[in-house]
Amino acid sequence: MSRFAWLEPRPEGLFVRPGGFFLDPLRAVARAVISHGHGDHARPGHGEAIATPETCAILEARYGREAFGRLRPLPLETPIELGEVSLWFAPAGHVLGSAQIVLEHRGTRVVWSGDYKRRADPTCAPFRLVPCDLWITEATFGLPVFRHPPAEGEIAELLRAREANPERAIVVGAYGLGKAQRLIALLRRAGYDRPIFLHGALLPLCALYERLGVRLEPLLPATTTERGRIRRELAGEIVLAPPSALADRWIRRLPDPLLAFASGWMRIKQRAKRRGVELPLVISDHADWDELLATCGEVGAEEIWITHGREEALIHVLSRRGIRARPLALSGYEEETD
Amino acid sequence: MQAFAELLERLLHAPQRTAKLALLCDYLRRTPDPDRGWALAALLGTLELPHAKPALVRALSAERSDPVLFAWSYDYVGDLAETAALLWPEPASDARAAPPRLSEAIAALAAAPKSRLPALLADLLDRLDATGRWALLKLLTGGLRVGVSVGLVREALARLGGVDPVRVEEHWHAQAPPYEALFAWLEGRAPEPAGRDALAFRPFMLAHPLDEADLPAIADTLADWAVEWKWDGIRVQLVAGPSGARLYSRSGEEIGASFPELLETARGLDPGTVLDGELVVMRGEEIGGFDELQQRLNRKRPSARILARCPVGLVLYDLLFESGEDLRPLPFAARRRRLESLLARCPSPRLRLSPLLSAHSLEELGRLRRAPPHPAIEGLVLKHKASPYRAGRVKGSWWKWKRDPFSADLVLLYAQRGHGKRSSFYSDYTFGAWREGPSGPELVPVAKAYSGYTDEELVRLDRWIRAHTIARFGPVRAVEPVLVFEIGFEGIRRSSRHKSGIALRFPRVLRIRWDKPAAEAERLAVLEALLETRARAAAA
Ligand SMILES: [Zn+2]
Repeated sequence: MSRFAWLEPRPEGLFVRPGGFFLDPLRAVARAVISHGHGDHARPGHGEAIATPETCAILEARYGREAFGRLRPLPLETPIELGEVSLWFAPAGHVLGSAQIVLEHRGTRVVWSGDYKRRADPTCAPFRLVPCDLWITEATFGLPVFRHPPAEGEIAELLRAREANPERAIVVGAYGLGKAQRLIALLRRAGYDRPIFLHGALLPLCALYERLGVRLEPLLPATTTERGRIRRELAGEIVLAPPSALADRWIRRLPDPLLAFASGWMRIKQRAKRRGVELPLVISDHADWDELLATCGEVGAEEIWITHGREEALIHVLSRRGIRARPLALSGYEEETD
Repeated sequence: MQAFAELLERLLHAPQRTAKLALLCDYLRRTPDPDRGWALAALLGTLELPHAKPALVRALSAERSDPVLFAWSYDYVGDLAETAALLWPEPASDARAAPPRLSEAIAALAAAPKSRLPALLADLLDRLDATGRWALLKLLTGGLRVGVSVGLVREALARLGGVDPVRVEEHWHAQAPPYEALFAWLEGRAPEPAGRDALAFRPFMLAHPLDEADLPAIADTLADWAVEWKWDGIRVQLVAGPSGARLYSRSGEEIGASFPELLETARGLDPGTVLDGELVVMRGEEIGGFDELQQRLNRKRPSARILARCPVGLVLYDLLFESGEDLRPLPFAARRRRLESLLARCPSPRLRLSPLLSAHSLEELGRLRRAPPHPAIEGLVLKHKASPYRAGRVKGSWWKWKRDPFSADLVLLYAQRGHGKRSSFYSDYTFGAWREGPSGPELVPVAKAYSGYTDEELVRLDRWIRAHTIARFGPVRAVEPVLVFEIGFEGIRRSSRHKSGIALRFPRVLRIRWDKPAAEAERLAVLEALLETRARAAAA
């Protein structure tokens, strides 16, 4: 009998039996512990959802207060007892509010990584390494072709493209929670202080980040009712939009748009080319291959489970290093949200 | 190498020609000799490097990483050079030797014996970052495919020097990489290069498309114009030199190896002769259609069988040089007389004079254009009798007046998003014609078109397509087969790649028939009959 048999994969997600709760469940359940606010980890409809205060605020903004029976904020590094399990959150460095879920039960410590990255991110608390017996990790970028370059270099590319194209609107596709705000914060760090223009879908979350203390201003909506005015105004400006808007009719309002896209997937040139991206920016909120491997070693776990992504390469390398690793068959986590 | 790699990457992603041109100009300005010249040769695929077989790259990469990881990664990325570039272990940044210059890498690779190639390549890869490694491996495995043509390079060079692209072309073909004399001239550091190879390519003079509005002026001066047929072959230049012959395509590409009978023909000419003509299938008096000629295209070494089945010859338009004398400054009429006497002196069954037509009025001219006597004729060319032979498309000297294209009413089946500015519009269309299927009439695709409509029509079509989508396959939408287009095309040919068995040449939208019911669209059998008429006419 495995030391970890108290963790049960069920159709709803991974169930922690002695605590009576699910981790990032894929369907509505009675009690859920949620690592972060991305849609594939945080579904609406749970009777009770436990998450960091920032993630609770994000869930409320996304789904409304009434989407959950009870939203229970639990600050980072503050243990609580649920049944026979002690539970606490450690920062995951993925997006604002993101946490690793740490479970302690009868002397065994299990860490659920959620999504994480090891790089510095001005919009959220840095990843904290928690040694554990079982490490349950994501593997979104689980192939050795994925190595993310420093984000600062990519931001410099973006600013160079803007300088070189004063007649064009520089439209950056970026996921609405985390990536968009990180891009803005990185631009501010690089000294860019002009207004940044936002597609309507990005406005609420950016406003929420501001309320939670992440400085992004000045921000302006890219969409107004008067067409002619926008065309002139946005030449030479940086505009952020959700990825779906890049192929949408919305983009036609902008003057000669130069399409950029910020994602770890942009590492693959052919993939960027297929999407019609003129300026690929390799900026990811996930661990790259080297970070996945390093973290798997550093946590010192006797066993590793891999929840989603490209697990086969990771398992191959870990097994050569004598670390027991296996896929945890839970379907429903998306790989594209980076 | 890093600058070249960056250029390559940006070119790959740049959607429009203007953006590519700007990138090239910027690179040429910032990059010293000889690297920029080598870069141009690499972009145009004229570098002769030891061909690194994909197997070598694969082996080297698997050796440095892990064969299993390599296989999975290659599977995911789908491109060998890119996979190997991304997988190559990154040396610690302080341990990395200085990246090689492009010229250094090319020189080393060109000089390396085969046995030394793996070690040399590994050393170069160790000194480059991921984009640099990608560029180097792309260079070696061939096929950069970043959308750079000779024309684009010529334009970038012309812009660099502030000169006419035609003057660049004149020298381009006489110079070899890394083109240092060319750059020196363009940057005003040296006089214009002289000393040309007797076998060098000379830029073509091209005819300007005739607009109806130009007709009255021509009608007033009809006696000043020579009128010829416009043949549907490929325009070539045949050069006879003291030490052999060359055959050039319109872009200046040497294509003699594909047409050995013409190189043979050139031996009967005086050295220093340069002829301009149309390459067509020629069997004695008979001229074949473009269908037949197609069997000879893109064959580097034609077999004896195909040479016997589809022999080619030239319909001659012009004489540029005779025994080394440059005739290009002479008026057309004078060059034509020299061409006629040259052919009388050195007759050949492979060389035929393009006949001069006579028309005394616009009406006669129009009749000739509408009803040419041969299916391999696509219209008329009008040449001013006083015109010197000048490179490029000179307006007012030569006109081409094409026969009306064929047209057919076809039904829109699929739409795909365009590129660049059009990437949010469904602008690329596939059209079908009716045929009798096993369970009643069905539509089969016969043509794709992405031009011929106005911007307003595109907006309206885009809206229509979004509202009438019945299925989506990635970037492609299948639409309800109800909207009819009048599609113009230049010709028709058999195609085994198309389910319908035929393909239209140069199809474009003439009109959107919002009014026409789809049931009244063209039947495949009618298009097939067109193909047969053409074949019969060609054989007659
Ligand atoms: Zn996430």
